[in-house]
Order: sequence, then C-alpha cells, then structure tokens
Amino acid sequence: MTQILMPALSPTMEEGNLAKWLIKVGDHVEPGQVIAEIETDKATMEVEAVDEGVVSEILVPAGSEGVKVNTPIAVLSENGAAASPPRRERARDAGPSAKATETKSPPPSPPPTEQQRPAPAPSPQGGGGLDPDIPAGTAMVKITVRDALRDAMAEEMRRDPDVFLMGEEVAQYQGAYKVSRDLLQEFGDRRVVDTPITEHGFAGLGVGAAMAGLKPIVEFMTWNFAMQAIDQIINSAAKTRYMSGGQLSAPVVFRGPNGAASRVAAQHSQDYSSWYAHVPGLIVIAPYDAADAKGLLKAAIRSPNPVVFLEHEMLYGQEFEIPDLPDYVLPIGKARIRREGQDVTITAHARMVGHALKAAEELAGEGIEAEVIDLRTLRPVDIDAVIESVKKTNRLVSVEEGWGPMGVGAEICARVVAEAFDYLDAPPTRVHQKDVPLPYAANLEALSLPQVADIVAAVKAVMYR
Amino acid sequence: MTKAKAVSADELVRYYRDMLLIRRFEERAGQLYGMGLIGGFCHLYIGQEAVVVGMQSVVEEGDQVITGYRDHGHMLACGMDPKEIMAELTGRAGGSSKGKGGSMHMFSRAAGFYGGHGIVGAQVSLGAGLAFANRYRDNGRVSLTYFGDGAANQGQVYESFNMASLWKLPVVFIVENNQYAMGTSVQRSSSETHLFKRGVSFNIPGEEVDGMDVLAVREAGRKAVQRARSGKGPTLLEMKTYRYRGHSMSDPAKYRTREEVDEVRTQRDPIEHLKALLSEHLDDAALKDIDREIRAIVTEAAQFAQESPEPAPEELYTDVLAES
Repeated sequence: MTQILMPALSPTMEEGNLAKWLIKVGDHVEPGQVIAEIETDKATMEVEAVDEGVVSEILVPAGSEGVKVNTPIAVLSENGAAASPPRRERARDAGPSAKATETKSPPPSPPPTEQQRPAPAPSPQGGGGLDPDIPAGTAMVKITVRDALRDAMAEEMRRDPDVFLMGEEVAQYQGAYKVSRDLLQEFGDRRVVDTPITEHGFAGLGVGAAMAGLKPIVEFMTWNFAMQAIDQIINSAAKTRYMSGGQLSAPVVFRGPNGAASRVAAQHSQDYSSWYAHVPGLIVIAPYDAADAKGLLKAAIRSPNPVVFLEHEMLYGQEFEIPDLPDYVLPIGKARIRREGQDVTITAHARMVGHALKAAEELAGEGIEAEVIDLRTLRPVDIDAVIESVKKTNRLVSVEEGWGPMGVGAEICARVVAEAFDYLDAPPTRVHQKDVPLPYAANLEALSLPQVADIVAAVKAVMYR
Repeated sequence: MTKAKAVSADELVRYYRDMLLIRRFEERAGQLYGMGLIGGFCHLYIGQEAVVVGMQSVVEEGDQVITGYRDHGHMLACGMDPKEIMAELTGRAGGSSKGKGGSMHMFSRAAGFYGGHGIVGAQVSLGAGLAFANRYRDNGRVSLTYFGDGAANQGQVYESFNMASLWKLPVVFIVENNQYAMGTSVQRSSSETHLFKRGVSFNIPGEEVDGMDVLAVREAGRKAVQRARSGKGPTLLEMKTYRYRGHSMSDPAKYRTREEVDEVRTQRDPIEHLKALLSEHLDDAALKDIDREIRAIVTEAAQFAQESPEPAPEELYTDVLAES
C-alpha cells in the first residue's frame, strides 16, 4: 500500500487546493499518469503518479482548500486489495497530519549565523610563506616588468608541457603589449594560440581545458574586455571545485593589464581588483615590480586554483632589479614591506605601490616615516602583515587605483578596525580614484586618479598635521 | 559513411534498461521534490531519455560529456551511481558533490562527466575546452557537448562553434531541442527554427535527428563521433525531443496544451517505442523483470538519499581552494 502525498510544487509552497481528481477508486494508475490538479495562489499544476497500483482510497476530495504539503491525499494498493480501514480526513481540518511538512525527516541544520567563526583561511599555495632567501652573491639584473612576465611564462612552459598560452594577438603579433614576445618562436602554435576576438568563448574554452587537466594561461588584451567573460571566470572557474565537492578544479591563469592606461578613457581604464578579490574560489594577484611579477606569475601558473593576475600597462616598460636565479617563485598570499617606518602604515598594490613609495620619500623630508606595505596578493589578502604594521605605527592609509566604495581599501580598513581597533590613534583613511568613470581630458584624468600628493595629504590627515 | 550498424537484442535491452532507469529515477526525484526533500530547482529529463542513451552508446572510455542543468539523465547514462545523484538532490553528505552542488551541479571525472552547469550556454564553451585539451594531447577523445534550444541563442555558443571549427576540435555539439526554453517556444525565440542549420556559417555540418528514437540517435551520433575522432572537427546534431514535465518543478507549463503533451506521450514516447522493438526479443515476464530491477535501484537510491546525513558544518569551508 502506498500513500500519495500532497506534493510541493515549488520551493516555497506550503499548501494548495486540490482542484480536481482525474482518477477514481478502482482505477489502475501508471507511473507518470496525471492523477490530479492542484491550485496554488500562483498556478494550477498537475500531479503525476510515481508508483503503479490501483486506487483504493481517495482521502482528500476534490475542491478541498488549504491542503498542507505532505498530507496523504490518496492510497494506492499494489493489486487493488482493500486498503486499511478508511479514516477520512478532510484536509482543512487534517490536524496532526497537516504538520507533516514540519516534521519531515531529517530536520535541516540550523542556518549559519553571523556569529559563526570566520573561515579558516585556506592555506595559500606556492611556498612556506616567506620570500625565498636570495643566496649571497646572487647577481641582480635589470629587467622590465614586461620581460619578467614573459620569462615567467617561458620558464613555466619549459617546465610543464601542459602549460599553454592563449589570447588575442599573443602569437604571431607577439602580444598586443609584447608580453608574449618570442614565445611562438620557442613553443610553436600548438602552445601559443592566437584566438579570435571572442573573450567569453575563449575564457570558457580555457576553463574547460583546465577542467580536463591542462594549465592554460588565458591572456586578456586588457581586463576591460574580460567583462565579456566574467561569467566564465566566476561561475565556471571559481565555483566548480566547491560545487563538485572537491572533485574538479580549474587551474587556469587569467592575466592581462588592469587599471588605468593613459588617455584611453572610461571603457578602457578600470581597476578590477575589488571585483575579483570579492569572489571565493579565486586567487587574485596584483604585482608591482619585475621580481614580484615574475615570481608570482610562476607561482600562479603552478597553482592548482584559478588565478586572476592583474598586471598594469603603465608598469610594463618600467625596469627593476631582479635576482638572477634559475627558478624564482614567490609565495601567494604574502605582502611585502617595501619600506619600513614607524609613523604610519600605507597599504597599496600594483602601480599605486610606486606612488606610495614616492609619497613616503616626500613625507620623510618632513620627518614622517611611513611604512609601505605592498599587498601583492588581494585574495587571500595578507591582513596579518597590515595589522602587525598598524600595531607599530597606529595609523593607516590605504591606497588603490580603483573606486573607493566597497573597494580594497574598504576591506583593509574594516579588517584593521575590527582586529586592531585599540591600536589605532586615528581613523583609517582611503585614497582611491574619484567616484566617476575615468575621463579622457588630460587634466580631468589626472584629477580622477590617485596622485602622490593625495597620499601625502591623507597621511598628514591621519597624523593630524 | 559506413552503413547503419545492425542492432543486437542485447543492445536493445541495455538501452531499454538505461532509459527506464532515467524515467523511473526522474519520477522518483519529482516525488521527493513534492515531499520537500529536494529543494531549489529540479529539472527533469522525462521524455528526452533516448537522446543521452543513444549518444552514450557510441562513445568510448575516456570521452567526455558536459551539459547544462537538466543533467540527471546524462549522469545516469554516464554510469554515475544513482544513490550519489539522488543524495545530491536531497543535499546530503553522500551526494556526488557532498551536498554542495545540488541538482544542477554534479561532476565525475571518473565517469567522464564534466557537469552539470547552471548558466545557460556556458557549458558549450567549456565543452569546446575539453575538446581543445583532447586535441592538445592528441588522445583521440571526443567531447559530447549538450545544450538546449534555449541556449542555442546564447552568443558564446557561436563563439565556441567558431573556434571548434577553426581548430577542428573533436567535439559533437548536441542541441536537445525539446521545443521550449522555459516557457518560450522555439518559434517565438528563434529566427531560424531549424537549429541544425545554426552551424552553417561556421562550416559545421548539421543534422536533424529524431530524438525520440534511440536508434536514430545512435546512428547520427556514431557518424558525428567518428568524424570528430578522425580530426575532421565538430558536427551539430539537433535532437528533436520533448520534455513531458515543466521546465522545472515549479513550472505549471501553461504555455502548451495538455493535448500536445499527451500526443507526444502516446504517439512518440521513446521508451514505448523501444519496448515495441524489444517485444520481438523479450516476453512480458522478462520486461517486468527489468522493470522490477530498475524500481529496486531507484528505491534504494531514494532510501539512501533520505538516510544519508546532511553535510557536517565543517564542510562549509572545505573545497573552496585546492591545496598544492
């Protein structure tokens, strides 16, 4: 004997009207056969039989209103045998059985609360936490950020045959910004793949290749164009590992220039740091100098997770010293103290690190010693390094190239206020792009973007000077 | 092209069993949904069983399958454990994704099933990526990339067609045209309703296939998979099929008449069609045995799905990132 229960026909349905029976006692019912019509406030739906049998009893007559979900509405017997003694219950006064939905087993867990312990930070991969020691006597060589990135890709492609590069103009053109110069010559067109202008498609294709076990580097000519592909980056790359219960990952590196270039106006000048750093399942890296660009891109390519690697066009041509080591890999998730100081902490990433260092120099002339922390990785962000610094300086200025509201600085300030409130001698403050799309006119563009003078002014404000 | 392959009684029995398993599994899923044991969205595959069973009959070990959110049938056809699938539907620890994915998001690398994707059309680019990896590795594998008539209007589908054809990727694009994208019929959404023609401007040959006939699917699939495997690139198969249930469980399906549904059910049902073919080889008792066997599998799955505990609270924070 099988009871047919009042079904829920939507996630929110609790009760409905049994509008019509399409079967009667004695009828033979097949699985899939429509047996009744049910009305809710939204719609009329059909109820199909799941089991085969003969209707031995109709418990809730047609026309009954307010029948609670999971109330038995009919009884099927396997071969028409008489059902157990009838005990008719009209749905609307069904009493105890109307509570069926509340007692269905097993009870759901209580919803997570705000008070729940924050996530144990997943240990970032790429090393033991500290930058590797540079052996004494290591030569330092000057190299542009562009070539450091190129070398990182070339070294990793030599090391791992599953690593390949794809994107617009990466092969024959040698890279729109020449970051992939000579890679086609060395690795051939199987591993350096020119794509059509089709960001959404090739980002998804890259994620699919990563799911199959390859290690794609997907270059976006700029991150502005990756908005066409952001669904694949977030919904496919970032979430799959979680949604698969850890079975399937997408170890793909999405990289390209991010942030403001020069005089290309709003659609080609945007900082996506906070956009991607918001998303669990992604690693987000935004290096400043050549050494970090190289060491972190190598770590990103080796990471088993999807990585958003935010480069900066205005830094590509800048030269920095880099240790001349055969395999220079840096830890993901670790900030770097770029300059030590005891009066104020300045956090920054990418191009803004340079601005912060210039501001610190200027401030030193006025007797203010700023500590400049290069965040380097935005997810997971090395908040411990920031808090350690603030415990010493008691003051915080965060700097970012993007918009302020809901931004990287907002997060840094919130974490410091929450975790080091008692150490603060002044409210933390933020320096960021003005809250407008980036203008084209040279003077407006300069007004819109954070300048060294803005950082100096912000530091003075938190110093009450 | 070679001649259509003759079908053996054993093969017919296998297809029947596989299709019946999907039908009964989905009916039970619908019931568990009705009991409040399955939450959220639940898209049933009832009516479309011949498509995935026919296609699975022509693949080899190591070939990949990827689809959208109407995925229960594909997972069963790939050989994933019905218990794990049902337990994922109920959001339990024993589910294929430990209860974190739900109906639309399940995966099994071992079974060659790459999801289970909730964003309409996204799996088409991903499926092209699986094929890209096959070509990169020159491993002779083929990616079967399924999508619906609704997804056929997404831009990235055509971006993927272009790259797949340009690079001769080993992929078969299978559009399961069940005629309704949620409540919108193909006629109301598509300027070219013969979806198999949608590959023409990418030099992708297309074919319309009776998706209610497992043998027709098998024959078209065989040719398309062979073409992909031999390095000639993608084929687009339009499977004309029909879903009996609503788009999801909460869809009252008022955009079509009951007569329309009933007509397909009584005239074109893929399982009844196969059963008629099988009756030449099996008597009623043997068919009943299969039926009983399938019911037992589904009952066991439903039981497991209700008895498996909810995931432990600690699972909230696991599987976000891979450890290196």
